[in-house]
Amino acid sequence: MTFNPFNPQTLLAILPEIALVVVAALVMGLDVVWPESRRRSLGLLTAGGFGLAAGLALIFAQPPADHPLIFGGMMRHDGLAFFFRLMFIFSGMIVALLSVDSAGVARKGEYYAVMIGAVIGMNFMAAAADLIMLYLALETTSIALYLLAGFLREDDKSAEAGLKYFLFGAFTSAITLYGFSLLYGFTGQTNLYSLSAALLGGSVPIGSLLVALLLVLVGFGFKVSAVPFHFWSPDVYEGAPTPITAFISVASKAAGFAVLLRVMLVVFPDIERYWGPLIAVISIFTMTLGNTLALAQRNIKRLLAYSSIAQAGYALIGLAALSQTGVAAAIFYLLTYTVTNLVTFGVVILASRVIGSDEIADYAGLSRRSPGLALAFLVGLLSLGGMPPLAGFFGKFFIFMAAIEAGLVWLAVIGVLNAIIGLYYYLTVLKVVYLYRSERDHETIPVPRAYALALGLCAAAVIVLGTAAAPWFGWATNAASSLF
Amino acid sequence: MQSVPTVYYVALSAILFTLGVLGVLLRRNALIIFMSIELMLNSANLVFVAFAREFGQQAGQVFVFFVMTVAAAEVAVGLALIVTIFRAKRSINVDDINQLKG
Repeated sequence: MTFNPFNPQTLLAILPEIALVVVAALVMGLDVVWPESRRRSLGLLTAGGFGLAAGLALIFAQPPADHPLIFGGMMRHDGLAFFFRLMFIFSGMIVALLSVDSAGVARKGEYYAVMIGAVIGMNFMAAAADLIMLYLALETTSIALYLLAGFLREDDKSAEAGLKYFLFGAFTSAITLYGFSLLYGFTGQTNLYSLSAALLGGSVPIGSLLVALLLVLVGFGFKVSAVPFHFWSPDVYEGAPTPITAFISVASKAAGFAVLLRVMLVVFPDIERYWGPLIAVISIFTMTLGNTLALAQRNIKRLLAYSSIAQAGYALIGLAALSQTGVAAAIFYLLTYTVTNLVTFGVVILASRVIGSDEIADYAGLSRRSPGLALAFLVGLLSLGGMPPLAGFFGKFFIFMAAIEAGLVWLAVIGVLNAIIGLYYYLTVLKVVYLYRSERDHETIPVPRAYALALGLCAAAVIVLGTAAAPWFGWATNAASSLF
Repeated sequence: MQSVPTVYYVALSAILFTLGVLGVLLRRNALIIFMSIELMLNSANLVFVAFAREFGQQAGQVFVFFVMTVAAAEVAVGLALIVTIFRAKRSINVDDINQLKG
């Protein structure tokens, strides 16, 4: 396999990441120089930096038509990487905006710098085309997220969340690494595309290859929180600072999907008749378990954790369909899920600052205390439940369509049944918000401008994706085509 | 000179890996669990260097350097988290770390 030789032009492909490193250094520097009172601007600066990175990506880092392997085959500059990269940068920007007034994290430069580090790691996860790069990007993301989950040192729950996330994450990534080492042992290759060529034609015994595949899947399953590697997510979601919960639930999950899609479809296309049904089974368990356990939750962060497990199950259907439409549907689904979940968590962050708790019962009367916030919650939860004309409807629609096209009608039926269960508990939360009253009905909930901007952006995106889905789905199809 | 066949290395690494997994699943002390994870990483390293020698190429050796670097970073973060937990609970037994559940 030949790789494009290095020329300085190649650096443009990682210009957004270079800019992000500069922003992280700047944030750390200003954290030292600025007095405590000015440090609120650090979050706004970080959000601005993400905006800049997105602009640079759109102007300079558009993928060329021939999808070259760059930096000695370490990365692939293609549509899939580009799509996910913009999604990660967007979620980073929203999470930075949602952090500016969050107690304990808002005025700390290192918080934002580590968050930028996590986004850089995710960007490279989506682009990685070599086992070495993939492992490094995976760990860059994970280690930064362990730190962020345990960031509130004074809060026992946060420290516990950090430790649990760390132990489970390090365990699963070590298993994945062992899978990588076996793949290297079978072929002597570390590049995904060379590996794929070396594995074609069945030169490696199918049994050994399946063992390696299963080992590799463990770490990816952890990242996307698929059953049976989902144990960590409710605890981590509850304990972590809420902006980070939002971040883990959207960006980290999407990054897991980016590597899952690329590795499965590029390295193992030869044995997809084995892993296709396996993914279908995992997706059934993930959807059903997530939705069933969500029914019993009283804490909104835990409820959203189980809901996010279920959402990962729907996206897995797209991969199980083993078709380009399926992958495009999964990518589009992740986009709709990202903007939707960010709206929902934005409301949770704002509400819990005033209510002082994450119990669903304490959300009573939210619609009277802040009609705008309640409306955003309505948009977010109904979109998660898949109601038209919101983003979540088309996300699910394309997923089920792809499953039916691929002949997996039974899988689509299970998916629809699960969507109905999901809608039930989302509506239960909305019932508390809109119909129940509390003694504090007259106390309004202030919405700082940064939060209003973040919520407005995401809510607008939810509605745009739900009313004019076609161009976005076309973009997702384009991204998916770079894998086939 | 006769050298050790690669399959011996792979067998040894499989044993180390299994011991690591069992350690993580059976032990309750966070530090021991952490050590077991390191054992798993090193079993993967052993496979990489063994095959790098068999194929006579560098990629496997380079991979090991990166894995060691990542492991060092992980140690820094992991020990910091364990110390934080210990300050709060005076224990690093994972069964005592159970505030979050449901």
